[in-house]
Amino acid sequence: MTGYFKLDGRSIPFQPGQTIIQAAADADVYIPHLCYHPDFTPHGSCKLCSVQVNGRICSACTFPASDGLEVLSETSDLNARRQKITQMLFVEGNHFCPYCEKSGNCQLQAVAYHVKMLDSHFPHFFPQRPLDATHPDVLLDYDRCIFCALCVRASQEADGKNVFALSGRNINKHLIINSESGTLKDSDIAAEDKAVEVCPTGALLRRGQAYKTPIGQRQYDHQDIEQVSLQQEKAHDV
Amino acid sequence: MSKKIRIATTSLAGCFGCHMSFLDIDERLTQLAEAVEFNRSPITDIKQCSACDIGLIEGGVCNADNVHVLREFRDQCKMLVAVGACAINGGLPAMRNEVPLEECLTEAYIDGIGIENPVIPNDPELPLLLNKVHPIHEIVTIDYFLPGCPPSADEFWAFLSDIIAGQEPVLATELIHFD
Ligand code: SF4
Ligand code: SF4
Ligand code: FES
Repeated sequence: MTGYFKLDGRSIPFQPGQTIIQAAADADVYIPHLCYHPDFTPHGSCKLCSVQVNGRICSACTFPASDGLEVLSETSDLNARRQKITQMLFVEGNHFCPYCEKSGNCQLQAVAYHVKMLDSHFPHFFPQRPLDATHPDVLLDYDRCIFCALCVRASQEADGKNVFALSGRNINKHLIINSESGTLKDSDIAAEDKAVEVCPTGALLRRGQAYKTPIGQRQYDHQDIEQVSLQQEKAHDV
Repeated sequence: MSKKIRIATTSLAGCFGCHMSFLDIDERLTQLAEAVEFNRSPITDIKQCSACDIGLIEGGVCNADNVHVLREFRDQCKMLVAVGACAINGGLPAMRNEVPLEECLTEAYIDGIGIENPVIPNDPELPLLLNKVHPIHEIVTIDYFLPGCPPSADEFWAFLSDIIAGQEPVLATELIHFD
């Protein structure tokens, strides 16, 4: 089905099979997201892309576009919810940005800037999570994992491997590695894998890159994730 | 001359980097001096906070004295501001939260490399350490936040200019940084 839906009062055309977030991106409208990536099956887990569809809150990355929908995205209520969701992602893990290699290139941090998050609001969990430094080329810092499952999907769908999975529920949810020892060194991971590249946070890192680009000159240091994301979507479509 | 805005500042479990960055407003300090006066602060060496308009807190809370000072600031300041990563989320000192306190002390004072006369300091003058380092919003109500490690001089200035102009402070997105 093709047609139009209304997004914050603007008429947005869509192609058959598109979700709200895809049609919006094609029309140059950014809807904040973290677990969505145009190359992979949507996961609908982070809820950052929450929009109001005909009065109900839904995930724009999984909701199919259809003719005549009334969608709201940039409302103060939804933006306040997005800020709270981002704050929850921060307090649930251990995010010490000043010492994180990914700082300035991190989508979680960039989304926080975009939703004008100044503080973490909630009490911090300070969970005890391990660090997997067993692999010579790839590092996994579980402290920074937000369980978006992008690495899980990229490993399966792009790399033709099956290195990662999410295990457990609720507060016990965690990322696991498909290898005998449960560590990266015995897995099929390689530094060039899409799984490493797509991680939106500093959880999965290619080693030896650290400070090649100095802090202050990184992707989101002077550019809002809204612009970066829309440019990437354009490049992706080409 | 209208009444000057009274500001108090302190560093709890911080590194004074935020204070240094504050001083980086450079020549704008003269403009600031016309509009504000400093109460308790490392800048004045006043040791006790009296009634203030603004309290700027650098650093999180890692010991009993930090809690005491933070409460004193909350009692005396109309607007309390968490300045920098450590005040906002514990920052680098909070990295010890993943290690039990006893292990931290043992490593630092008993088992560490090159330690002579190994003993964990317990002078009664030393404030007792808390089991974990906490962001200050977990102890008292905070009215505003200046993120950054440290917040840039421009960020301090944007905040202070709004305050001096009698406006509600609003940080432009490009001034928001967590590193
Ligand atoms: S992963 Fe992102 S949000 Fe987390 S510490 Fe690193 S830069 Fe900060
Ligand atoms: S490691 Fe990265 S990509 Fe994988 S689930 Fe965690 S945050 Fe997402
Ligand atoms: S981007 Fe839609 S739920 Fe995460």
